[in-house]
Amino acid sequence: MTAPAGSARLRRLRKAYFGSPLSALMTLLSAAILGFILWKLLDWGLIHATFDASGTQETCAAKGGACWSVIATRWRVILFGIYPYEEQWRPALACLVVAGVIVLSCLPRMWSFGKLALTWTIGTIVFYTLMRGGILGLASVNEQQWGGLPLTLFVFVATGIIGMPLAIGLALLRRSDYPVIARVSGWIIDTIRSLPLLSILFTCAIVLPFMLPGFLIGEKLYRVVFGAALFFAAYQAEIIRGGFQGIPKGQEEAAKALGLSYWQRMGRIVLPQAFRLALPATINQFVIAFMETSLIVVVGFMELLAAGNTAFKTGEWKFAYAEVYVFIAAIYFAFVFGLSRYGAYLEARMNVGHRKD
Amino acid sequence: MAAPSIWRSKRFRGAAIQAGFVAVLVALIIGATLTARANLSAQGLTSGFGFLWKSTGWEINFTLMETTTTDPYWWYLLMGLLNTLFMGVIGLAGASILGLIVGLMRSGRNPAARLLGTIYIELFRNLPLILQLFFWYALANALPNPRNSLAFAGALLNARGIYLPGLVIGRGTVALAVLAILVSAALAVWILASRRFRQIEPTRQRRLALCSTAAGLALAALAVVLGHDPSQPWITMPKLAGLKIDGGFRIQPEFYALAIAIMTYGAAYVGEIVRGGFKAVGRGQMEAANALGLSPWQVFSRVRFPLAFRAMLPILINQYVWLIKATTLGIAVGFSDFFMVIASSITHSGQTLEFIAILMGGFLLINFSLAAVLNRLNRAIALKGHQTTGAT
Repeated sequence: MTAPAGSARLRRLRKAYFGSPLSALMTLLSAAILGFILWKLLDWGLIHATFDASGTQETCAAKGGACWSVIATRWRVILFGIYPYEEQWRPALACLVVAGVIVLSCLPRMWSFGKLALTWTIGTIVFYTLMRGGILGLASVNEQQWGGLPLTLFVFVATGIIGMPLAIGLALLRRSDYPVIARVSGWIIDTIRSLPLLSILFTCAIVLPFMLPGFLIGEKLYRVVFGAALFFAAYQAEIIRGGFQGIPKGQEEAAKALGLSYWQRMGRIVLPQAFRLALPATINQFVIAFMETSLIVVVGFMELLAAGNTAFKTGEWKFAYAEVYVFIAAIYFAFVFGLSRYGAYLEARMNVGHRKD
Repeated sequence: MAAPSIWRSKRFRGAAIQAGFVAVLVALIIGATLTARANLSAQGLTSGFGFLWKSTGWEINFTLMETTTTDPYWWYLLMGLLNTLFMGVIGLAGASILGLIVGLMRSGRNPAARLLGTIYIELFRNLPLILQLFFWYALANALPNPRNSLAFAGALLNARGIYLPGLVIGRGTVALAVLAILVSAALAVWILASRRFRQIEPTRQRRLALCSTAAGLALAALAVVLGHDPSQPWITMPKLAGLKIDGGFRIQPEFYALAIAIMTYGAAYVGEIVRGGFKAVGRGQMEAANALGLSPWQVFSRVRFPLAFRAMLPILINQYVWLIKATTLGIAVGFSDFFMVIASSITHSGQTLEFIAILMGGFLLINFSLAAVLNRLNRAIALKGHQTTGAT
C-alpha cells in the first residue's frame, strides 16, 4: 500500500519541482541561493558566534562570526535609551502593559466601543504613570529621558489614540452634505497625504513653535506625536471612506425613515458597518504606522533605532553594527509580522462570513 | 419671530455652518502666520521671498550640475528637487524591475521559487525602511579604506564610494544629451498615443516614432562628441593615488545606500501588487489563449501580462507616490534631496515659513503631476467596457 502512494507523491513532487527544464533550473537556482544564505547566516550567527558578555573585538574576530557580546553588554541601552538605570524596571513593565493591551484588543470578544475605550484608557494611564512618575512615590522622569522600545510604543499608541478619532472626524466631514465642507476637507486630506511624513514631523518639531502662542507649544514629543497622528488620520480617513462606499444606500435611508438623528445614524448604523468593511486595511495602516514611528530618529528622539545606533557608536563596538541591527530588526519584525499575520487571519475570517451570506 | 424662522430655514443654516467652518480654518491659518511673523521679526528676520536670490555660503554634497557656495538659494532648491527626482526615477525603476521578478516568482508554479519570493517579501516588507537604510549605509561605511579597495572589472569599491570607469564629458553636455533623449522619447509617446495621429496608419506611425527616438539618440551622441575636450582622454579609470582614488566616476555611499534601500523595500511592495495583478487575470483568458495554440511566451506577453498590468496600475500609482515621498529619508544619511536642502536652508537662513511653503508646494507638484500622468496612462490603456476600475 505504502509504496505506490509514496511513488505517487514522489511523482507529484518531481512534476512540481522538475516539471520542465526551466522549472528544474529555477528549482536549482532558488535552492542554491536559499542554501547559501541560510548556511552563511547559520555560520555567522550561531556556529562561529561569540555569545558571552566578556567578548571583545579581538576574541570575536578570532572566532570569525557574529559578536553577540555587544547585545549582552549593551542591551539595556538599546531597549531603554538614557532612562535612569535604577528605574529601568518601570519602562519594562510599561512595555508589558502596552503589549497586553494590544493583545487584548485583538480578541474579537473585546470589540465594542465601551470595552476598547476602557482598556485603552486604563492602559494609557498606567503606561504614562509608570514612565513619567512623579506620583505614588515614583521618581519623576522627564520626557526627554524616555528612549528605546517604550518610546517607540508610546509614539505608536498615542498616534493611534489621537489619530483614530481625528480620522473618523475627517471621514465624516468629507462625506458631509454641505458641499463646501466636503470639498475643503477633501483638500486637507489630499494635501496631507501627498506630503512626506518626515516633512510633517520636521514642521511639528521645529517650525510649529514659531506659529503657536506660548501656552500651546508644549513638549516637543507631544507635538511630534500630534504630527504623526495627523498623517495617520489622513490615510485612515480614506480607508474609512472606502468602508462607507461599501455600505448599501438603503441602510442609511432606512435609518433616516426611522427618524434617527445624524449622530444615531452614524454611531449605530454607518460607522460600525464601515469599520467592519475597512478592518483589514485598518490593520495594515496600523502596521505601517508602527514602522513609521522609527522616523522620529530624524527629529532627535532616542527611540529603539536611535538607541541601537548609539549602542555601537562607541569606539569599542564600532565594528558590531550588523549584530545590533539584526537585534533591532528582530524586535520590529516580531511586532510587524505578528500584526500583519493577524490582519490576514481577520480577512480570511471575514471572507468566510461573506460566503455564507 | 423673524430670527428663529430664518434660523430654521435649511438653506440659511447650511450656508451659515459652511461659512463658519471656512472662517474658523482661515482664522487659524491667519493667526498662525501672524504669530510666526511676530516671532520671526522679533529675531530680526524679514519675511518675503527676496532671500531666494542671495547666495547661500554653504555646500551641498551631491548635485547633478555644477554648484558653488556663491550660488543663490533658488539654484540650490532646484538642485535639491532634481536630486529627489533623480533618486525617484532610479528608485522606482529598480523597485519595478526587482518587484516584477519577485512577483513572477511568487505567482509561478515552481514551489522553490515561490518560497524564495515569499521570504524576500516578508523580510523586506516587515522592517522599517529607515532601519534598512541605516543598515546599508553602515555596510557601505564598513567597506575597506581606499588603499585596500575591492576591485571588480575595473571598478573599485571602498568606504568612500563605488568608483566606476567613466567617460570624460562635462555635466552640461550630459544634461544636453539627457534632454535630447527625453524630448525625443516624449515626442515618440505623443505620436503613438495622441488622437491627432489616429488617421495615420499604424506602421507609418510606428516608423515616425522610431525616427524621433533615433534623432534624439543621434543628437545626444553629437552633443557628447562635440562636448568632449580633445586634449583629454575619452575614458577615465579609477586609480589609487596616495591615500585616495583618482579618476573614474564616483558614486557616493549616501546615494547608493538610499537607492538600494528604496529599491529593495519598494520591490517587496511592488512584488505583492504584481502577484495580485496576475491573480486577477481570469483563468478563462489563459485557457482560451492556450486553446488558440499560442506559445508560452506569447501567452505571457500578449495575454497574461497586458491584462495583469491593467489590474496593477491603479494600485501601483499609489505605491509610486509613496516611494517618491520615501526619498526624503536621504536626510537620515546625508543625501541632499529636496527635503534636506530645505532643512539646511532653514537652519542657515532662518526663513522658516517661506521654506515650509516651498517644501509643501514642491511635493504637491511632484506627487500631483506623477499621479496625473499615471492616471492618464491608466485611462488610455483601460479596456473599454471590460474593467470598471479606472475606465474613464
